[in-house]
Amino acid sequence: MGELRLMKGNEVIAEAAIRCGCDAYFGYPITPQSEVMETLMNREPWDETGMVVLQAESEVASINMVYGAAGTGKKVLTSSSSPGISLMAEGISYIAGAELPCVIVNVQRGGPGLGTIQPSQADYFQSTKGGGHGDYRLIVLAPSSVQEMNDFVDLAFKLAFKYRNPAMILADGAIGQMMEKVELSDFVPRKTDTEIETEYGNWATTGKKANRSKNVITSLELDSVLMEQNNLRFQAKYRQMEEEEVRYEMIQCDDAEYILVAFGSSARICQKSVDIARAKGLKVGLIRPITLFPFPTKPIAELAERVKGFMTVEMNAGQMIEDVRLAVGCSGNSKPVIYFGRMGGIIPSPGEVVEALEQKLIGG
Amino acid sequence: MTEEIIIAGFGGQGVLSMGKILAYSGVMQGKEVTWFPSYGPEMRGGTANVTVILSDDRISSPILHEFDTAIILNQQSLDKFENEVKPGGTLLYDPNGIVHPPTRTDINIYKIDGTKIAAEMGNVKTFNMVVLGAYLKVRPVVAMESIRKGLEKSLPERHHKLIPMNLQAIEAGQQQLEAVLEV
Repeated sequence: MGELRLMKGNEVIAEAAIRCGCDAYFGYPITPQSEVMETLMNREPWDETGMVVLQAESEVASINMVYGAAGTGKKVLTSSSSPGISLMAEGISYIAGAELPCVIVNVQRGGPGLGTIQPSQADYFQSTKGGGHGDYRLIVLAPSSVQEMNDFVDLAFKLAFKYRNPAMILADGAIGQMMEKVELSDFVPRKTDTEIETEYGNWATTGKKANRSKNVITSLELDSVLMEQNNLRFQAKYRQMEEEEVRYEMIQCDDAEYILVAFGSSARICQKSVDIARAKGLKVGLIRPITLFPFPTKPIAELAERVKGFMTVEMNAGQMIEDVRLAVGCSGNSKPVIYFGRMGGIIPSPGEVVEALEQKLIGG
Repeated sequence: MTEEIIIAGFGGQGVLSMGKILAYSGVMQGKEVTWFPSYGPEMRGGTANVTVILSDDRISSPILHEFDTAIILNQQSLDKFENEVKPGGTLLYDPNGIVHPPTRTDINIYKIDGTKIAAEMGNVKTFNMVVLGAYLKVRPVVAMESIRKGLEKSLPERHHKLIPMNLQAIEAGQQQLEAVLEV
């Protein structure tokens, strides 16, 4: 068993990065995720593992540093919160276009604009449908506990390298700021230059050797025929992700008549709502998408065969509900799909969710 | 066993660190724990609160709107959280600065004059540990041995020399708890 600690979600991101052999972190402070870089700076991993930690002059600079370092086959991490992620959007699109792996952590706060520093899930569209320009997708993981903040750093890097695509950990201020018991991962050494050359030498800019052709990192392709080929290759990758990487958790769905759909901290709240509803004799279950892209369309479509309706619970104006409606629509069943949520940094209470469920779905 | 606690008072009273020590003690005793702070543009003198949950089972929502126990350290927090204690639950408060004491009759109410006791012991900073001691007297959710380990884990090593003083403050709190109403 790994080392047990009581830590904040943000601190765990930093610790997990060091332990999984991350090579570099570039970032710029913003509430509610500043503890990520604070923890890294306190830990001084450059002495321990050689990991580089650098506070850039802006989010735009951070993501472009990530772009550069990722091009060399290194494991690179950045983190920010909603307004900062918007600033990074151009760079993220370039990284996706250049097919490079990296991990981006978004500890969401309420928007739009500067908004509030309180928790929110209003960047669902931005994370899963683009954010930057062009037809690209991020692999999006939504942790709902501090333990998952630890586990998903390593997982996000594995997926990012498997697909040579940026992966995002979409957390929120609640998960970032709260402390829970966490079992830390064991230390994995950083990859050596030789290992990087062996494993990623066919694409990474590790210094051209006489025995191979040069590797070019770019998202630019002015020949439309070739650019369409690039896009087709990206799309094939995204379809493969949909086949192989869907992750979700079902809680008390076996005999459920009504299903709550929620991710991240909303899913934690809904777990309590399920308990409250069950105590009242209501057969309620919860499906928690862990990957937001690829979205668990199939399990939701399967549930639509036998349940009476769905309610998404989101800390936004209703964004994931579109994917749930698509999934239910795919199943050919016309089951009601409704939304309940709060915005602007307000976290719904478990009781409020049950009330909405009773009034809007069960009674409605 | 699940114990859902809100600790609320002024920033600077040690509200968050009391919660952290309690939570770490829970970890040391093999429990599941969550510690969720109010965070924001807060400062010394403003209000601060933290929700701590200790449980033998997986914890669902870390964010709550009703509690088994409220530990209340100022009037604003009493006004805000008195009604969020579950019927039959516990409210522990420090009477210092409380003009309107709690009025509910369906919950257990206890007082601890932590401000005064800490001052008498010669270190006002141990105030939060006096209150923690009083809480543990009413709700012995973790053993003293776990508290000692929790202190070791939550305090940086350079402050470990202060642990005996903190433990004394906890004992003083346990001894000087006053029951106001037991239902």
